[in-house]
Amino acid sequence: MLWYTLRRIAYILPILVGVSIVCFSFVHLAPGDPMTAVMPDFASPELIAQIKGAYGFDRPLPIQYFRWLGAVLSGDLGMSTRTARPVLDELLPAVLNTAQLAVAGVVISLVLGIGLGVWAAYTRRLAADRAITSAAIVGVSVPPYWVGMVLVAIFAVTLGLLPAMGMAPPDNGGFGLDDVRFMVLPALTLAMIPTGIIARSVRATVMDVRKQEFVQTLYANGLSRRRIFLHVIKNAAPSVLAIMGLQVAQLLGGSILVETVFAWPGTGYLLNNAIATRDLPLLQGTILVLAIFFVMMNFLVDLAQPFLDPRIKRQ
Amino acid sequence: MPSSFQKKSPSFRSANLQSRTADAGGTVAADALQRRLFLKLMLAGAGSLAWPYRLGHAQTKETVLRVGMTLSDIPLTTGQADGGAEGVRLINRSLYDALLSWDLSRADRPSGLIPNLAESWSVDDTQKVWRFKLRRGVKYHDGSLFTAHDVVWNFDKLIKPEAPQYDRSQARNAANWLVMVSGARAVDDFTLEITTKEPAGTLLYDLVNICMSSPRQWEKLGRDWKKFAFEPSGTGPWKLASLVPRNRAELVRNSEYWNKKQIPQTNRMVLRPMPDATTRVAALLSGQVDFVEALPPDAVPQVKASGMQVYTNVYPHIWPYMLNHMPDSPFKDIRIRKAANLAIDRDKLVKLLRGLAVPAKGMVIPDHPWFGKPTFNIKYDPDAARKLLAEAGYGPKNPVKVKFLMSTAGSGQMQPLSMNEFIQENMRDVGIDVSLESMDWEALRSRRMAGAHSPLNKGIHGINYSLTIQYPIFGIVGQTFHGKNRVAGYNWGNFADPDADELAAKSLREFDIDAQNKRIGELHAYLVDQAIWIFVVHDMNPLGLASHLKGFVQAQSWFQDLTRIRIE
Repeated sequence: MLWYTLRRIAYILPILVGVSIVCFSFVHLAPGDPMTAVMPDFASPELIAQIKGAYGFDRPLPIQYFRWLGAVLSGDLGMSTRTARPVLDELLPAVLNTAQLAVAGVVISLVLGIGLGVWAAYTRRLAADRAITSAAIVGVSVPPYWVGMVLVAIFAVTLGLLPAMGMAPPDNGGFGLDDVRFMVLPALTLAMIPTGIIARSVRATVMDVRKQEFVQTLYANGLSRRRIFLHVIKNAAPSVLAIMGLQVAQLLGGSILVETVFAWPGTGYLLNNAIATRDLPLLQGTILVLAIFFVMMNFLVDLAQPFLDPRIKRQ
Repeated sequence: MPSSFQKKSPSFRSANLQSRTADAGGTVAADALQRRLFLKLMLAGAGSLAWPYRLGHAQTKETVLRVGMTLSDIPLTTGQADGGAEGVRLINRSLYDALLSWDLSRADRPSGLIPNLAESWSVDDTQKVWRFKLRRGVKYHDGSLFTAHDVVWNFDKLIKPEAPQYDRSQARNAANWLVMVSGARAVDDFTLEITTKEPAGTLLYDLVNICMSSPRQWEKLGRDWKKFAFEPSGTGPWKLASLVPRNRAELVRNSEYWNKKQIPQTNRMVLRPMPDATTRVAALLSGQVDFVEALPPDAVPQVKASGMQVYTNVYPHIWPYMLNHMPDSPFKDIRIRKAANLAIDRDKLVKLLRGLAVPAKGMVIPDHPWFGKPTFNIKYDPDAARKLLAEAGYGPKNPVKVKFLMSTAGSGQMQPLSMNEFIQENMRDVGIDVSLESMDWEALRSRRMAGAHSPLNKGIHGINYSLTIQYPIFGIVGQTFHGKNRVAGYNWGNFADPDADELAAKSLREFDIDAQNKRIGELHAYLVDQAIWIFVVHDMNPLGLASHLKGFVQAQSWFQDLTRIRIE
């Protein structure tokens, strides 16, 4: 297990270096000068030079990269060019806001995705299976942006049951029912695609496992259906876990579209702002943190796999 | 509790119960009783979440004005807001005061300058030294008294990098307004002198944007502008109660505001960033906000049909194509510039925009004091356009080929895609073959700042970039600056004309407002006669207000007075 873990860590290091290079360099490919986005038209050349120097934009790109990387390794993601606040101060509340939404989305998508997937697998080619499979395809195919607007139109505008956008006011004394109400529509929207993907992969995997000989043997040995069901789920778990890991990581990474539609101040919303205002330090910092998070989630899934399937450890 | 969830629940439950009989390879063992219990719990939970949102918020006694902003973040709250006109409108004008202000009390005329923290002013014989008599008895939110020394301190905050209170962010946001200022001096506690680098008759328009932050509060907070942003102190009609970046700002009424006529009529104002237009409309229709900016034209009928109020008014905005006047541009020829102006069916374009625009006759509307008396009548006349093109050597078989830059969205750009495509068709009809290159707003802004002469803009003959005409330099006078006097972004196409230069210089040396308006009108008329741009439409600034808001007056301005709104 130790060798397995070390090997996984060895895979991660070059990925992280690659991620840092991509994060830094790609944002410079976007058209438009990062300074024109924040400088007024009549700014004097001295002021422009002063602000460019303060952010290090007057240096060659490779030097900018190594300075940025050095600062990142010491925990400093730089300063936002638009707000002049530290990127970390901008990012942390956004990560927490996205995490709230993501946890709700994860719960919805796991419960619904696994439940519906198993149900479909056990009702193969019957009406329930066809309905679930069709719903899963719709869930994966329909743009969440559109789904969000439809949900808002029905539940917020027409029925007036739930808020249309934003988070609950911060002064309502801890996390409560009001916070949940604000979360319902964006969380449902966010969970649509992962629910569809998880449901389809769970259905396929469970059906695949059920066809295997050991399941027939268990039936032949007279095990109860409940016990056989548990064996099937256990054998289906490793491949489902890998897909779920990716989906959960994506949810925690935030969704630009969903967070923008619901004006939810999370990482997706932050990224959208950073792109629109050419706030390069904020953009680089946010992408880097999210990419690292994604890599680490996959690493954790890789580590969890051998516990569910000892064959991976032996390989 | 009755809810839509519960009404639908029987069919949902029966569908679940029926499904358990379907099984190809065995069923998942499930107890129908347990499932019913589970469903009941689920429905009860959903029902409690779905307690009508509007009802819950209608019970508060405090009057709260909730505003849906178009910005994606709360603008900087330290004194010089970012976020363009909206930052000034909602933060600067709420928390702070400047020496002068805009008269926003009338909807039927363009808003002009009025005294504010400065009660009167004069300029000396050199025309470079201005003396201001300041208002007495004005207090900051922290209780300290406003004096001339504070104005000097605030100018140093913006123009003196060696001053301890110098703030790079605020200096950046205020840079537009400090070009002419060389320094400020307190003659006594309530007399101030401002010196300009050269005679600048338009200085008062700059000062309207320089806001006064409290030096005492800054000292109290350990000379830290970041802390000041969360606990600001100005002299404005509202005080900041709380700030959650990118989420909300809550402002409370300043009951001791010096201008008793502008003490807010509501107890509290909440600002919510909502950059997505659909989100703003949904928030208004669902009762989550009471006032939204920049209603999209398509949403106006629905907003009206739901009993909400839609306000529109002209304001100093122009949606033009700034033209390339460089020697290799077809628009160097005034006949082609005029033909392009005559090719557009603006009335149809306004219909396309559901009436939320006004056909342009120049940079400003004809009622504006800066309009003057142009002789070139901008209208739809395709025959005249074809004739001018023929005189210039072009025709249907030999069209003028030009390329314009446009954005996909952006501040004041209205509906850029459909508008540009409509105009492209109009131009093709008379013999101007327009190709469009679209990009996002900030990329377009970069291209504008670079100017037509930049290698970045090689082969580009026009840029569709909307502009404020609220200030003389921004809107009109700056469009003539060229050569070493050119300011980034203004006079994009390098228009250079000695007659225009002379008229611009006269405007800047005029210190009486009426006489200055006349001079600017002469310059504007000349620029229209030269067809310096393709003038298309002025936006009507549609605002959505909940039906219970009363007392709002939509001024002909980029700024609005929200203090007079009351909730009934």
